[in-house]
Amino acid sequence: MPATGKLNQRKLAPWLFLAPGLLMFMIYVIIPIFQSMWISFYDWDGLGEARWIGTANYVELVDDDAFYTSLKNNVIWLLLYMLAVPAGLMIAIFLNQTITGMRLYKSLFFFPFVISQVVVGLMFSWFYAPNFGLFYSLIEWLTGSGVAILADDRYVTYGIIAAGLWPQIAYVMILYLTGLNNVAPDQVEAARLDGAKGWRMLWYVILPQLRPATFIAVVVTLLGALRSFDLVSIMTAGGPFGSSRVLSYYMFEQALSEYGYRMGYGAAIAVVLFAIMMIFISGFIWKMWRDETER
Amino acid sequence: MFPRPITQMSVPAQTLYKIAVPVALLLWLLPLLGVAMTSVRPASDLAQGNYFGLPSALAFENYAQVFQNTPMLQYMLNSFYVTIPTVIGALALSCMTGFALAVYRFPSNLIVFFMFVAGNFVPFQILMVPVRDLTLNLGMYNTWYGLALFHIAFQTGFCTLFMRNFIKALPFELIEAARVEGVSEWRIFWFIVIPLMRPAIAALSVLVFTFIWNDFFWATVLTTSAATQPVTAGLSSLNGQWIAQWHLVSAGSILAALPPVLMFFLMQRHFIAGLTLGAVK
Repeated sequence: MPATGKLNQRKLAPWLFLAPGLLMFMIYVIIPIFQSMWISFYDWDGLGEARWIGTANYVELVDDDAFYTSLKNNVIWLLLYMLAVPAGLMIAIFLNQTITGMRLYKSLFFFPFVISQVVVGLMFSWFYAPNFGLFYSLIEWLTGSGVAILADDRYVTYGIIAAGLWPQIAYVMILYLTGLNNVAPDQVEAARLDGAKGWRMLWYVILPQLRPATFIAVVVTLLGALRSFDLVSIMTAGGPFGSSRVLSYYMFEQALSEYGYRMGYGAAIAVVLFAIMMIFISGFIWKMWRDETER
Repeated sequence: MFPRPITQMSVPAQTLYKIAVPVALLLWLLPLLGVAMTSVRPASDLAQGNYFGLPSALAFENYAQVFQNTPMLQYMLNSFYVTIPTVIGALALSCMTGFALAVYRFPSNLIVFFMFVAGNFVPFQILMVPVRDLTLNLGMYNTWYGLALFHIAFQTGFCTLFMRNFIKALPFELIEAARVEGVSEWRIFWFIVIPLMRPAIAALSVLVFTFIWNDFFWATVLTTSAATQPVTAGLSSLNGQWIAQWHLVSAGSILAALPPVLMFFLMQRHFIAGLTLGAVK
């Protein structure tokens, strides 16, 4: 084959390799994002004729109390979920030793992340169950009267977040354990000779070296917080009285549940959630882009 | 090593540590242990208020009851029907996309790559209405393949990120040398790169298996009947029927959790390698 043929082959090849994956990704992920934005300007029940209503869905959203409850809960989720990062780091430091059976201990600590959130939600529902749940009994024993966490609109969101933190901390822990494994021993020894220990050692010597792990931990925790759907759905279905809704769940409720098939309104909620997420996504992408082009 | 190795500490401190780790683990896994214990507790124990003590007998009949009286077996089979094709499909597609993005220089390379990365981060809800509609129009609503097709497409984003970075770290001279020898691009991919990708393929298979097995949102959106629902959606609807029958809820939960847990224990090294990709430089 002449040289030009080879070169042409090399020009064409990447697109042939990309075609199937790119096509699927376009059809199922990229295009639907824009379709959703488009649908958010319609009044549509998913079956009949869609009716263009301009920004009416968004106007409705501005006056929707349930929307604000969901938004507020999303903020609470985001803030409290970030606790997974220091908590995971602490457990990782606690476990970063070599005693017999440590490997098994580490994998058992990681266990909650492997389990489906549906199962985690059921476990915590049992844990919180009024009258006999372990947590309920503990509170009752401590204070004299139990609290039905999932039926009380003051505590319900926190109760669900606690359930979400359990697997999330496990995930962050494994990221940091891997990171700690790769901390340069000579730097630690040198710092030790200089008298660094404890918190100062952690802050000035260890954490800077753990930066890639921290970045990923923050990214997955933010995503986890904003994607929270399974736990809310399993543990409370948004209740009591909608007080534990988050945007992802409220969207589903509006678009696809017994409350009605308001696809347009649901899409508008999804667009808002997407916009919030986009703030973070563009941050990660910007950082990754910089790393890529610097190389 | 950080923190200071415990072996350099005094003997009492070491003993204390060796006690503290299992105690901490026990507390950490308390919800899981509670549910595991409830799953073998006879219903009569619960009726008599024995919630935390040792079960009066090991009631494996709870599991039998779950299998006999509910479509649990069907749910689990459905989960396999969705999960296995997804693992194969997403890996096949992303081996190719990852190869294309790692090996070739072309103007839109980084843009395509970051599109995969960004798409992987979007909230599912923004895809929900159009994907459901598309699946309906394709006549694949409420089928395992309708669900699997979406999963393949979505997981391709994550897998491409992983594969591309993995191939990028391989020695490029191998490919150069093959090109000089006049080996075609497809044969380079198939005979040189794929064999080297085995660790990445193993890591991603276990990860994708776990992600898809545990998926609840798409199972709820794209399937509706017991004949097609995967185990997560099935368990959720059973939970609605089993009000306060915690011994059954627990047995069902344990069953649903079992396959990914087994996968994790059998393939632990690969699993963690996949999950912590990028956590070290």
